[in-house]
Amino acid sequence: MIAEIGQYALILALALALMQTVLPAWGAHRGDPTLMGVGVPVALVLFLFVSLSFAALVALYLTSDFSVVNVVDNSHSRMPTIYKITSTWGNHEGSMLLWVLVLALFGALVAIFGGNLPDRLKANVLAVQGSIAVAFLLFILLTSNPFTRLVPPPAEGADLNPVLQDPGLAIHPPLLYLGYVGLSIAFAFAMAALIEGRIDAAWARWVRPWTLAAWVFLTLGIAMGSYWAYYELGWGGWWFWDPVENASLMPWLAATALLHSAVVMEKRDALKVWTILLAILAFSLSLLGTFLVRSGVLTSVHSFASDPTRGVFILAILAVFIGGGLGLFALRAGDLKQGGLFAPVSREGALVLNNLFLTAATAAVFVGTLYPLALEAVTDDKITVGPPFFNLTFGGLMLPLIFAVPFGPLLAWKRGDLLGVAQRLMLAAAFAVVAAVVTAAAEDRGPVLAPVVLGIAVFVILGALTDIVERSGVGRVPARVCLSRLAGLPRSTYGTAVAHMGVGICLIGIVSESAWSTEKIAGLRMGDSFTIGTRDLTLERMENRTGPNYSARVAVFTIRQGGISQGTIESGKRTFTARRMGTTESGIRTFGFSQLYVAVGDEAPDGLIAVRATWKPLVTLIWLGAVVMALGGSLSLADRRLRVGAPKPAKRRRMVPAE
Amino acid sequence: MRMLPAPLFAAFALMTALAVMAVLWPLSRRRDLRVARDADLAVYRDQMSELDRDAGSGRLSPEQAEAARVEVARRMIAAADAGAEISSTSAGRRKAAAVIALAFIPLIGAGLYLKLGAPDVPDMPLSSRLSAPPDGTDVAILVRRVEDHLSANPNDGRGYELLAPVYLKLGRMDDAVRAYAQAIRFLGPTAERQAALGEALVVRDEGMVGQDATRAFQAAAALDPSSPKARYFLGLAAEQDGRRQDAAAIFGQMAADAPPNAPWLPMVRAALARTGGTPATAAPAQAPGPSAADVAAASQMSGSDRSAMIQGMVDRLQERLNTEPKDLDGWLRLARAWRVLGEEAKMRAALNAARTVFAGDADATARIDAAQKELGGG
Repeated sequence: MIAEIGQYALILALALALMQTVLPAWGAHRGDPTLMGVGVPVALVLFLFVSLSFAALVALYLTSDFSVVNVVDNSHSRMPTIYKITSTWGNHEGSMLLWVLVLALFGALVAIFGGNLPDRLKANVLAVQGSIAVAFLLFILLTSNPFTRLVPPPAEGADLNPVLQDPGLAIHPPLLYLGYVGLSIAFAFAMAALIEGRIDAAWARWVRPWTLAAWVFLTLGIAMGSYWAYYELGWGGWWFWDPVENASLMPWLAATALLHSAVVMEKRDALKVWTILLAILAFSLSLLGTFLVRSGVLTSVHSFASDPTRGVFILAILAVFIGGGLGLFALRAGDLKQGGLFAPVSREGALVLNNLFLTAATAAVFVGTLYPLALEAVTDDKITVGPPFFNLTFGGLMLPLIFAVPFGPLLAWKRGDLLGVAQRLMLAAAFAVVAAVVTAAAEDRGPVLAPVVLGIAVFVILGALTDIVERSGVGRVPARVCLSRLAGLPRSTYGTAVAHMGVGICLIGIVSESAWSTEKIAGLRMGDSFTIGTRDLTLERMENRTGPNYSARVAVFTIRQGGISQGTIESGKRTFTARRMGTTESGIRTFGFSQLYVAVGDEAPDGLIAVRATWKPLVTLIWLGAVVMALGGSLSLADRRLRVGAPKPAKRRRMVPAE
Repeated sequence: MRMLPAPLFAAFALMTALAVMAVLWPLSRRRDLRVARDADLAVYRDQMSELDRDAGSGRLSPEQAEAARVEVARRMIAAADAGAEISSTSAGRRKAAAVIALAFIPLIGAGLYLKLGAPDVPDMPLSSRLSAPPDGTDVAILVRRVEDHLSANPNDGRGYELLAPVYLKLGRMDDAVRAYAQAIRFLGPTAERQAALGEALVVRDEGMVGQDATRAFQAAAALDPSSPKARYFLGLAAEQDGRRQDAAAIFGQMAADAPPNAPWLPMVRAALARTGGTPATAAPAQAPGPSAADVAAASQMSGSDRSAMIQGMVDRLQERLNTEPKDLDGWLRLARAWRVLGEEAKMRAALNAARTVFAGDADATARIDAAQKELGGG
C-alpha cells in the first residue's frame, strides 16, 4: 500500500504540475486575477504530493521492501539505517525524485513568500516552475519509475554501490540539488520577464537572494563532493577535472557571475538583459549537470540501444528548456528597457569584468568537458582533455580575475578612481609580496609560479580586510566612531569581504597542495618503518574486521615525530559481499591545516604491503576556503535590507550605456 | 481491470479530491489584481526610506544620498507612467478551468495508475516476511532462512545439501556449485553428491563439461563405477574433447549395462548414435519410456519437481496397462518404478495384476517371480 500510494501521489503531482503550468499562464495572458490565483494553492499541494511520494520511497527503503525493483537494486537489509535512507537517492530513479522534491519545495516557497510580487509576474514564474516539474515528472513516470514492483520478491537486495556507502551521500547530493534547482527560480523569473516583455522593480530583489542561496548550497555541495572524492577514492586527489565534477563547476561559475551581475541590477538598475541571459545559462548548465551526473547526456546517447526512451527524453528536456529559454531571449530581449549608466572604471565596470572572466572560464570548462564526449559520440575516437588543458585555460582566466577581486568592492558606483583604490591597496600588496618572497626563500621545491600565486592569495585576503578597514575609517576618525561604524556596516558588506577572503584561503590550499606535497610509496612488512616529511610511520599490525555488510582488512600504523608518538593512522580495504566489490579506506590525520594521507595497496602473498603516504601541506584550506565563501554568501543572504547603490556624484562627463 | 483493495481505493479517492480542491478552491474566490505598477512603486518607496535611514545614520554622505534619491525618483516616475493593466474576470473562464481540473486530474490519475500501478501487490517489508509462518509460498525467504542458519552454523552440511538444488532451480548456478562443494566438504563425498556437483558445474557452464566438472564425475565414478550420471557426463566430456572413440566406448558400455527400462537409456542411445558407436552387446528392443527431452528436463529440475515428473510418467504407464494389459515388460517396469518411488504396496499390486493377466503362462510367471525376488517384495 505504501508503494502504491507513493506511485499515485507522483501521478497526481504530474496532474497538478500541468494545472500549475496552464491555468496561471492563461490567467496572466488574459489578466484574470482569479485564474492567476490558482498557482499558489496548486504549488503548495504539488509539494505535498511530491513529499508524500518521496516519503513513501524512503519508507520502502527503511523497511527493505524487496517487492520494489528500485529497493532491490540499490539496498541491502543489513546496511546501517542511515545508508538505507541515503540509498533512496543513491540511484538514478531516486535522485530524479529528490530533484523534483527540491523543485516542488522551491515552487512552494515562491508561493508562500511571493506576496509582494505583482500577480502577473508570480503567475508566470509559477507556470514556468510548473512546466519544469511536468517535464521531470513525465521523465520519472515514463522512463525511470522508482515504484515498479517485483513479484515474487527476492529475500535480499543487490546492495548500494560501496563507494556510495558513506556519510557523504547523505549530504552531497541534497546540497548539490538545492543549488541546481535553486537556479530554476532565477530561470523562471527570467522567463517570466521575457514573456511579459518587462522587468519589474522587484525582479532583482527576488532573484538575488534565491541565486545567493543556490550559490551557497552549490559551493558547499561541490566542496563536499571534492572532499568525499579525496578521502573515498583513495588517490588523494581533490579535483580530477572529471566530466561529473565539471558538470557542477559550470553552473557554479555561471551562478557566481549571475550573483555579481544581479548586484548591479538590484542596486543600479543596470545590466538587466545580461542578467537575464546569465539566469538562463546558469539553469541550463544545472540541467546539463543533473543529467551528466546521474545518467550522462552522452553516455545515454550511446546506450540508446539499451534504453532509447530515457536518452531521447533527456535530450528533449534539454532542447525544450535551453532552446526555449534562449529562443525566447532572442525574441524578446529587445523589448526590455535598458537601465542606468556607468563609467568603465566603476564598481559596475569591475563587475562586468568579473562577468567576462567567469563566463570565459565557464566556456573553457564547457569545451573541455563536452568536446571529447561529443567527439566520441560522433566519430568513436576517444580523446582525453586532461588537467593540463584546464590548468592552462581555467587557471589562466581565474588568476587575473582573483588578482582583480580586491579592487572591485573599493571602487565607487557609477564612476570610480582606480589610482586611489590602488593606493589604498598598497599595504595589502606589500604584505603579499613579503609572503611570496619568504615562501620562495623557504621552499626550494615546486614551480616558480607557486610563490607568486601564494602572494596573490594573500593579497586577496588582505584586500578584503582593507575594504572593511577603510569603511570603518581607522586612522581618520576616533576609535569609538570607528567601532560603531564597523557595527553599522551592512551584513552584505561583511558577506562580500568574507566570501572574497574564502577565495584567497581556498587558493592558498590549492597552491600549497599542488606545489609542495611530498609523496612516498613503499613496500612494507610488519614492523617496518619509513619517513614522510618529518614523521616516521611504522606498520604495526594487520587486522580483519567485519562490518554489517562488508569485511575489511585494515593496516594500522603508528606515527612518530622526533621519537614522540602521535597516535595511529589506519587504512584498509573493504569487501562488500553482495556486490563483490571493494573500496579503499584511506587513512587521514590532520595536523593543523595539513594532512597526512595514507592508502594501502594489495597485500602480496609474501606479506609485503604496498603503502602510499602523502604529506599535504595546508590541504584542508581548499575546503575551509569554500566553507568561508559559503559563510560569506549566507551573511549576505541574512541582510534583508533593500539595496540601493548610491552613485558617486558626477564631476566629469564620460558615460557608457549599461549594456 | 484489477480490483483496488478498499483501503487503497479510499486513500486514492481522498488524494484525488485534495488535488481537485487545490484548483477549485481558489477559483471560488474573487481576488483583486495586484498590478505591476503598484508593486514597483512599493519597492521604490521602500528604497527611498532605506536611503533616508542610511543618510541619517551617517553610512552615506549627503551628496551620495542625494544622487541616489534622484535615481530612485527617476525610476518612480517611469513606473508611474507605465500603462495600467486591465483586470478581467470572467465566469466562463472560471467554469472552464473548473471543468479542466475536474476532468483531467482524475483522468490522468486513473489512466497513468492503470498503466504503472500494481494495486494487488501488497507491501512486503522484509521483517514481516521473515516473521511470517513458513508456508512455502515465499521461496526466497525460505532460502534466506537456511542461509542465515548456515552463516550461524557454517559446518552444517545438510543445509548446503538442501539448498543446492533450490539454487539450481532459481538459476543461482554459482551458489549451487558452492553449496554442493560445501555439502561434500562437511558430509563427505558420495557418488551422488559428486555427480550432482558435476552436473551443477555443467549447467553453470552452459552444457560444457569443464575440468572441475570432469574431476567431480571422476570422483563419483571412483566411488560408484556404475553411477550412470557420472559415466554419461564423462562420455560427454570425451565427446566434447574430440575423443569420439572414447565417448562411443563409454556410451556403448552404458547402453549394454543398462536395465532395459532405465529412464536415461534413450539419451545414452542418442549420444551413442551421435558418436557413431554401437552398444557393446545387442541392445534390447526399445522400451517405451520418457523421451530424451523429458530426461534432459528432469536433470535440470529440483528434487520435488523431478519426482512429480516421474510420478506423472508412472501414472501414464499405469493407465496404459489398465487398458491394454497384455504387456509383461510394462508391468515389470511399473513395479520397478513404484519401488523406486518407495511405494511398496503399489509395487506389490502391480506384480499381482501381472500374475492375474498372465495366469497359466509359465514363462511369464517365472519372470514375475524373479522380479519379485529382485525388488524384495516377496
